[in-house]
Amino acid sequence: MGGLTVPGAWLRARLTTRTAETATARTLVFSVPDWPGHLAGQHVDVRLTADDGYQAVRSYSLSAPAGEGVAISVQPVPDGEVSPYLAQELPVGADVQLRGPLGGWFVWRPESPDPVLLVAGGSGVAPLMAMLRARERSGAATPFRLVYSLREPGQRWFRDDLDRYAGRDGGADVHYVYTRVSPDGVVRPAGRLAAADLSAPGWLPQDRPLCFVCGPTGFVEHAANLLVGLGHDAGRIRTERFG
Amino acid sequence: MSGFSPGFKRFHRSDDPRLPPGQFVADGFPVLSAGPTPRIERDTWTFTVTDASGGERRWTWAEYQALAQESPTVDIHCVTRWSKFGTSWRGVPVDAFLAHVPNGAGYAMVESYGGYTTNVPLDDLANGRAWIVHEYDGAPLAPEHGGPARMLIPHLYFWKSAKWVRGIRLMERDEQGFWESLGYHDRGDPWREQRTWGD
Repeated sequence: MGGLTVPGAWLRARLTTRTAETATARTLVFSVPDWPGHLAGQHVDVRLTADDGYQAVRSYSLSAPAGEGVAISVQPVPDGEVSPYLAQELPVGADVQLRGPLGGWFVWRPESPDPVLLVAGGSGVAPLMAMLRARERSGAATPFRLVYSLREPGQRWFRDDLDRYAGRDGGADVHYVYTRVSPDGVVRPAGRLAAADLSAPGWLPQDRPLCFVCGPTGFVEHAANLLVGLGHDAGRIRTERFG
Repeated sequence: MSGFSPGFKRFHRSDDPRLPPGQFVADGFPVLSAGPTPRIERDTWTFTVTDASGGERRWTWAEYQALAQESPTVDIHCVTRWSKFGTSWRGVPVDAFLAHVPNGAGYAMVESYGGYTTNVPLDDLANGRAWIVHEYDGAPLAPEHGGPARMLIPHLYFWKSAKWVRGIRLMERDEQGFWESLGYHDRGDPWREQRTWGD
């Protein structure tokens, strides 16, 4: 099975670029000469080593598909040990260690013909973005819809690519759910993800979409329950939860 | 100098002897599962042990509740690197179920409502080291944490502690469960960091 590699050794990974997604979140792209490739949706272990030999490891979803570098997108957690260092301090040109790719379940393969419904809560958009980008890269015409729940417009990640996908020729349906503050001109009142947000022609239960839900635990529980309640087959809903 | 991650410093104290290598202490109780949470009614819940030759022994919820209960307080360790100390549960040791079926099998497949499976060496399920639990922290186990009942095998990574458990199938030869067939380890000992294939 493609992508189901045994994640053996720790690989040297050099930070090549760090770009801002929001005021605080950053996407880090690493150059990893020995990277075996990955499937959209997989994650990676990142290992940091202090001068005294202390090591810390955290898992991050890959936010870009194979062929576009090894990219992770990091929301720094207040008082976190690893995420503020990655988002703010690790110098471009410096090395960390990576192990992966990991996870063979929450993945999208370009040869899959089924419509895809992506449901993101906050930073849970990262692995779903890898799927959108893998779709574009493969040239697949698979119908994709992203439902992206976020607090307010300033929290939106991957703006350029998402605006392009949502544009006339982008070919993907992008629907925002602002839970606290909606931007000007958006009709939907700010509020929690609802069944209506998940119901769109082309991605209804009878269309048998493959559903990927990623975000904080409470969000994923809520979104997956809504999908089951709408009549989606539980076996076609894949979830990944943070925190 | 390590040559890696210049300027990175230890932030958390992680020299607690209860913490296995590569883990950190979580404050909450994170949830890890692969799909939606199934809703299972206690009225229709059953727990089935299938021996290696196909013989079955089944317990209803009331029969399970009538078995001698224990209240283990244990540390748990998730392969996603969080650990939580001193979690308290209530349930029935797996030995109480295994006592009713012929022994001799070396392995078991733990099976769940919703289709999840995980393989566990029988030694790890027996000997007072695993329970079928229905309470967490003094309250009925919530569906997202595996209620009405889940496996609890605290000495292995927590994906072995299958939620929504409905039975155990004994096997003479090891087979791979859900995560194990996707790259995770057949045994999953956190003290040996048996996370994935090859560890």
